[in-house]
Amino acid sequence: MLMKSTQREEKAATQTNDTPAEVVLDCHAEQIFYGDFLAVRDSKVPIQKNKITGFIGPSGCGKSTVLKSINRMNDLVRTFRFEGKVQFHGIDIYDKKVDPVSVRRNIGMVFQQPNPFSMSIYENVAFGLRLNRFRGNMDEKVEKALRGAALWDEVKNKLKNNGLSLSGGQQQRLCIARAIATEPQVLLMDEPCSALDPIATRQVEELMIQLKQRFTVAIVTHNMQQAQRVADQTAFFAVDISQGGRTGYLVEMGPTSELFNNPKEQLTKDYLHGEFS
Amino acid sequence: MKHAQTAENEFHLPRLERQPFEPRALKSIVLSSITVAAAITACIPLFSVLIMLLYRGGKRLSLEVFYQLPPTAFETGGGFGNAIVGTLFMVGIAALISVPFGILAAIFLAELGPDSKVAITARFCAKIMTGLPSILAGVFAYAAVVVVFKTYSAWAGGIALSLLMIPVVLLTAEEAIKMVPRAMKEAAVGIGCTPAQAMVKVILPVALPGIITGVVLAVARAAGETAPLLFTALFSDYWLKAQEPTASLAVLIYNYSGMPFENQIELAWAASLVLVLMVFLLNIISRTLGGRKKI
Repeated sequence: MLMKSTQREEKAATQTNDTPAEVVLDCHAEQIFYGDFLAVRDSKVPIQKNKITGFIGPSGCGKSTVLKSINRMNDLVRTFRFEGKVQFHGIDIYDKKVDPVSVRRNIGMVFQQPNPFSMSIYENVAFGLRLNRFRGNMDEKVEKALRGAALWDEVKNKLKNNGLSLSGGQQQRLCIARAIATEPQVLLMDEPCSALDPIATRQVEELMIQLKQRFTVAIVTHNMQQAQRVADQTAFFAVDISQGGRTGYLVEMGPTSELFNNPKEQLTKDYLHGEFS
Repeated sequence: MKHAQTAENEFHLPRLERQPFEPRALKSIVLSSITVAAAITACIPLFSVLIMLLYRGGKRLSLEVFYQLPPTAFETGGGFGNAIVGTLFMVGIAALISVPFGILAAIFLAELGPDSKVAITARFCAKIMTGLPSILAGVFAYAAVVVVFKTYSAWAGGIALSLLMIPVVLLTAEEAIKMVPRAMKEAAVGIGCTPAQAMVKVILPVALPGIITGVVLAVARAAGETAPLLFTALFSDYWLKAQEPTASLAVLIYNYSGMPFENQIELAWAASLVLVLMVFLLNIISRTLGGRKKI
């Protein structure tokens, strides 16, 4: 575990911004259903290593659905059905032989609402490590994760307090610390700042930019300024109501500055300029 | 008069003063008073029972009653130590059966297959069982245990009581597990818990106060039941032997209150007081445990 992560960090260090990054997660959602309802179609979202990939688009366009499909969180929804492939290191995570639990241990997730466990701050962070039967210096790992989430200085004197006693922004950073403690390769964030005030939002954004040195990040956001501030790559989703339903699909995806300044599709242009019908 | 009326119409002055004798105000006052009266009336039975118990039972209550055996017909003194032990033992057996059983079933109903046919059937059965006349639990345990083993016993009594406890434990535990925020369950799954780990490490600890409340309430109910024990544990004047007829507070009260001897009747009152205090204590325990961990 440790060896792998150091190797990864070395690789990341040698990578410059000019070379096209390696795709660590190739998500190709042909069709995603909830029961009979076709929620998402034809969306190909390659997620590049050590980059932040932003998902933007109007409500109900399926961006969260696609994100949650990447670590099989949607398996919790009983009627959920995924058609397509999500290639993670060449393995399709929807293959029958793949255990969704081990997928989630390698692809972490931070949710819209901060959701720390009702236990101490320390135990919240140590939780994932204990799941992985980590036998080593737990204190060190917890401190590293809390520092990584820019929370250490605020909580170092009250690690025994309940995680739920923190403020909203601190709780969200605690959730990030919990997610990165196990050193997942990819971190998925589903509107991580929508429940936070502007100051906490800024802290989490700065954190994301630090995190991409070590991890690969994919973030869903409603806030287009946020996508511009943090994302290297941006995927724009829209809703197709032509077939009678409300099916989301990927309109276009590219480097953030290019997508915002020079969108290829009229739909993207309209959305970015607030001319969305 | 006429002048005043026209002036009022002209300026549209609203009347803001209280009009207590208007029909709608009167109706409101009367209805409110009835609700207050009903609320007070609801307390009367409880308080009159408690006062009566304290008065009649308190007179006879002494340390002796806790460790002495019941007196014979014309004997004075004596106590019901064996009945207290018997009640605790049988309620203990019932809890040992119903708590693991009820909680495991509740986990299935709340998390694993809430909409499955098994769950819907089990939930329906449990709801019917909560209304099951307790004497039927006794008859069932009589047929299933007493007849088979050819003896009244504490085991049979415990099994009869467990039948009454299972549905209460099951339904309250299911409710408590369902009350755990969905976000917390998602967090557990998102970090890579197997369903079992999510349940044991995250969901059950949060649901625990609610589950404990349910268990204690079920125990309190079982401790006061008489009917299921009449055919199963019967009664005994001697100390507990689990494979023989066993005394319990509830059956002691039932037996002694009908006797023509002053001493036994007084003991029945004292036993009632002890039983009520035990149940009261359990309720306080459940409230403190249930309230403590709330966030």
